[in-house]
Amino acid sequence: MKPVKKEKPEIHKLTVLGEEYATTFTRKYNNRKPYTPVDHKKIFSFIPGTIKNVFVVKGQDVQAGDKLLTLEAMKMDNEILTTISGKIKEVNVIPGQMVTKSELLVELF
Amino acid sequence: MNDIQSHDMKTLRQRTDELRQRMKGATQGGGEKAIEKQKATGKMTARERILAVLDSGSFHEYDLFVEHAGKDFDMDKKYLPGDGVVTGTGTINGYPICIYAQDFTVAGGSLGFMHAKKITKIMDHAMKLKVPLIGINDSGGARIQEGVNSLAGYGEIFYRNTLASGVIPQISVILGPCAGGAVYSPALTDFVFVVDKISKMFITGPEVIKTVLGEDISMEDLGGAQVHSEITGNAHFFAESENECFDQIKTLMSFIPWNNTKKAEAFPIKQPKNKVYKLSEIFPTDSKKPYDVRLIIKAICDNSDFFEVHEHFAANIVVGFARMNGQSVGFVANQPMVLAGVLDVDSSDKAGRFIRFCDAFNIPLITLVDLPGYLPGIDQEHAGVIRHGAKVLYAYSEATVPKITVILRKAYGGGYIAMCSAHLRADFVLAWPTAEIAVMGPEGAANIIFRNEIMNSPNPEEARQKKIEEYKEKFANPYVAAAYGYVDAVIEPLKTREFILHAIEISAQKKEDRPIKKHGIPPF
Repeated sequence: MKPVKKEKPEIHKLTVLGEEYATTFTRKYNNRKPYTPVDHKKIFSFIPGTIKNVFVVKGQDVQAGDKLLTLEAMKMDNEILTTISGKIKEVNVIPGQMVTKSELLVELF
Repeated sequence: MNDIQSHDMKTLRQRTDELRQRMKGATQGGGEKAIEKQKATGKMTARERILAVLDSGSFHEYDLFVEHAGKDFDMDKKYLPGDGVVTGTGTINGYPICIYAQDFTVAGGSLGFMHAKKITKIMDHAMKLKVPLIGINDSGGARIQEGVNSLAGYGEIFYRNTLASGVIPQISVILGPCAGGAVYSPALTDFVFVVDKISKMFITGPEVIKTVLGEDISMEDLGGAQVHSEITGNAHFFAESENECFDQIKTLMSFIPWNNTKKAEAFPIKQPKNKVYKLSEIFPTDSKKPYDVRLIIKAICDNSDFFEVHEHFAANIVVGFARMNGQSVGFVANQPMVLAGVLDVDSSDKAGRFIRFCDAFNIPLITLVDLPGYLPGIDQEHAGVIRHGAKVLYAYSEATVPKITVILRKAYGGGYIAMCSAHLRADFVLAWPTAEIAVMGPEGAANIIFRNEIMNSPNPEEARQKKIEEYKEKFANPYVAAAYGYVDAVIEPLKTREFILHAIEISAQKKEDRPIKKHGIPPF
């Protein structure tokens, strides 16, 4: 009645409060996602959809809170804003373009 | 011609035959073809399942002739036998049970107004009779044709699940799809059973995920039995087959009472198998070496029978039922073999929930402590290890059943407090001579306390080792805590069973009051 066919578990080292312990890891622990800090300069699509409008061009200065794009997804127009002020380095999409999830849409310097 | 029968009246026998005819029609489910299809996927029919889980000959069915209430979309022209759900009462190991099983062969087991009425009626019975409720789920979800009435049906079930929580044991068995809102009835119940390749649970199915997010995933990988047993923790028991699942249910029932005013049935006393489970062979005194804490439980409990709950989920803590001198108890034990036995988000959820079940149903708690602390990591902090970890503190503090704690080796820092310490009102805290009850491990502590001394020493590494040894000698033992009375007794490991038996025996009349309140606000 094991969900995973268990081979002999591998012994790993785990350090807790300065002490190192011999133990095994779970599959869930091994598959945990490494942390990646949020990069506000890169704007990714959070959902697949269609780019409806593009409000900025390469080289343009923007202020935090400015509209960059409209992404239509699930029958909703989602306004994509920038959280930081800066200059547009690249616009990778045009109106009418379909995008998948986690596609790099706009990049700031 | 009998005087009391007039010419045109049918005889009792004829009436009975007519009833049998009707019953035959109503118990045919969705018909031969649908039943064949059900069997082809390795599944039993709803009635077969009920008969398999209940004591032989004990099942009595009700509401067989209930008809569905759908009016729109030509539904009024359709006959759905029993409206796709079988309900009734019976016994398991002689214990009374209320039970329902959705019949996938009838309109995909979809939940309409009368289908839900049948379920809520048997739930109401369970509450009135104060007996456990078992729900076997195998349903495509809401019956779309019945619209909002179908949603109302779910709502009525959830409400009853909530009221029954902590009053009668509620068991959910997932033997087919259980998707969308339907998942929330199982989620509100005490124990969820799943069977490999048969159970499927999710809020949003693969098709919608594909459409909306463009992500491809199979039903099995999204919400199959293995996923819920190992990753989400939504399921407590995993079986390879439906029959194995029913055996698990029967075993579970033997450990728990009918309702919250009763104790679980007492069994004949059996000694642990001490020739198989020898502490000297199982247990390394070096607190950095792993071992399987389940073997310690088996060395202590009756007949070395330990029935594990959530076996595959958060294996760094072990919870489950066993018996001590015939009486049902709940064990909670850190598992050094997995992730060094740390508390983390999942293990805290798992322990907190189990503790609350035991407390609600008068099952004494035995806690075996051997943990280095909480799992370090950004993912843990961001997943809310603070509020999840708090559940363990809350559950132990709140519990008023007899609470016996045995500290085997490490009991460091916050982990020491959380694992049913004296401070959270354990009735008896026992410690083995190998116990290390301290604010942290010797290396960590020495590095902080003696930082300057170590740094300023001509040979820092030597000085560090010396200080670690010093700290170990002074603090990595049970006697400092015992000197403050935080440990009631330092005991010989081989006398653990005897001490626990005595503690349970003299706690038989334990009654502890808590401040009057509507309810607490546990860190959900």
